[in-house]
Amino acid sequence: MRALTWHGTHDVRVETVDDPEIVNPRDAIIRVTSTAICGSDLHLYNGVIPGMQAGDILGHEFMGEVVETGSASTLRKGQRVVVPFPIACGACFFCNRQEFSCCDNSNPVEKQDATELLYGHAMAGIFGYSHLTGGYAGGQAEYVRVPFSDVGPLVVPDHLDDDRVLFLSDILPTGWMAADNAQIEPEDTVAVWGCGPVGLFAVQSALVMGAARVIAIDHHPRRLELARGLGAEVINFRESHVLEALMEMTGGLGVDCAIDAVGMEGHGFALDNMFDTLKQKVGVGADRAHVLREVILAVRKGGRVSVPGVYGGLADKFPTGAMMEKGLQIRTGQTHVHRYIKDLLARIEDGALDTTFLISHRLPLEEAAEGYRQFRDNQNEWTKVVLKTGHSVAGASARGEAGTAV
Amino acid sequence: MMNTRQAGVAATLAGAGLALGGLALGALLMGRDKRRHEHPDSAPGYTARRGFGEYAVTGRSVTINKPRSEIFRFFRDFQNLPTFMENLEAVEPKGDGRNVWKIRGPLDRVFEVETEIVREEQDELIAWRSVDGSQIRTEGRLKLREAPGDRGTQVQLIIAYKPPAGEAGRLIAKLFQREPAVQARHDLKRLKMLLETGEIATSARRRDETRAAKQENH
Repeated sequence: MRALTWHGTHDVRVETVDDPEIVNPRDAIIRVTSTAICGSDLHLYNGVIPGMQAGDILGHEFMGEVVETGSASTLRKGQRVVVPFPIACGACFFCNRQEFSCCDNSNPVEKQDATELLYGHAMAGIFGYSHLTGGYAGGQAEYVRVPFSDVGPLVVPDHLDDDRVLFLSDILPTGWMAADNAQIEPEDTVAVWGCGPVGLFAVQSALVMGAARVIAIDHHPRRLELARGLGAEVINFRESHVLEALMEMTGGLGVDCAIDAVGMEGHGFALDNMFDTLKQKVGVGADRAHVLREVILAVRKGGRVSVPGVYGGLADKFPTGAMMEKGLQIRTGQTHVHRYIKDLLARIEDGALDTTFLISHRLPLEEAAEGYRQFRDNQNEWTKVVLKTGHSVAGASARGEAGTAV
Repeated sequence: MMNTRQAGVAATLAGAGLALGGLALGALLMGRDKRRHEHPDSAPGYTARRGFGEYAVTGRSVTINKPRSEIFRFFRDFQNLPTFMENLEAVEPKGDGRNVWKIRGPLDRVFEVETEIVREEQDELIAWRSVDGSQIRTEGRLKLREAPGDRGTQVQLIIAYKPPAGEAGRLIAKLFQREPAVQARHDLKRLKMLLETGEIATSARRRDETRAAKQENH
């Protein structure tokens, strides 16, 4: 089959690799119809996530058709499914608490050592996202082996085309959980740093959850326009002082909730960010935490902080004083996708949520490398790239033919 | 000097979650030796910052979301152990609580150790030890305790090992002080996966790429 593989910083290629097989009883093989490049894929592309190996297949936002099932899978061939990016067993303590991205059993044992050392506990498995999270082959490919297929994949109705449901795999539930973690109360003012896909969906979700005002922060005019289109007020950090603007816009109170939808690769020329950029270039595991610092300073006393943005290592100059003295609540984590997708699918079906506005470009899988380059370098215009494999749901492209080479 | 084969045996025994040495399962494994600790605390003995002198002791706990009885029943049938202990090829029961462990070594060699169960408390504890006269002496203990609330069972595996004297002993000790801890941790996590999910997670994309398959084809 054809697949997008990682070979080093800014080096991804579409190559021919072996087709995946059913390995464990609960597996299924999905023939991918649509897959997207995620902002967090850019962290891999930029080489700031450790634990990558040459040849790794990327991609954790994908959907497609079930073509093969293991003996313990509950899926049926021909079903159309969206696959959550975290892999969850459905049986451990965490899965029982609906904390699916904390699953104890999806990261292979021998791969758990690194995060156990780094974080104190091993992380769950994630498709296409380094060997720290399992080294699972990802979905920017024609076929994917999906473990625990009786737990993760969500069957979607045929009348909703791929573009309407693809983002249930990650960014829509991630934006939704970002707002959920902010524990929004009526009349709240919510600030969202970053108008990438997750930030924009967090804006949308916060308004659905009853926020009185949402203020979105970015520097790309087109992305700020998208946020404005969803009903947010906007701050361009190239034009205005963010902290001062937020204080003035809230009458000196500060925002009730602050959402960091940027993470470890924040832009900008603040002094701390320049130091952090330098450290990230020379070392491993140094996060650029400028946004998180600003979030903690901007949120009101007793406010709520939500961090969907990806951090992976360590940061210094962290405002521990502000964090403690202001009496904050901070909620974080990879998204418990499984917890939210059924409800979100229903909201898509009845028209309450639309995610298609985000898609700026659709490319064939063969042009994925170009998609990565553009998504990284032209963030203003390239807001979301969806890759199409050429498989349609009723497509007749035979598996054997697609993947006979090497 | 200890030769390569001896070192290999030592390492693979560690891999099977066993322990070398004729150490009795006593106070050393149960808790702190009070003489050695001025202010004894509640932590398991094997987490002590200070060593156990000539003994190497390692232990690891994992919480498994299954009732004690189920875990006990599964583990008590030693023939099940190779399904999650990576370096163990087979365990053959000899009756009377005696078992012959076939341990996969380097260069496709298989080593055998006969053990006997020295203590057994239904649904709580199993302890085993190599029989007298074994070329290799090993001990191990599995302890089960109910976890709070709906968390299932706390499963603790303890391994103790007394290195033989001399230069060879030092080398084995060096091998052991790291390896048994890693293997015990990996083996217990595989046990947890198997009991909770019915399978052991792998990111292999093809059946011949799993660790188990690679080991068999080795």
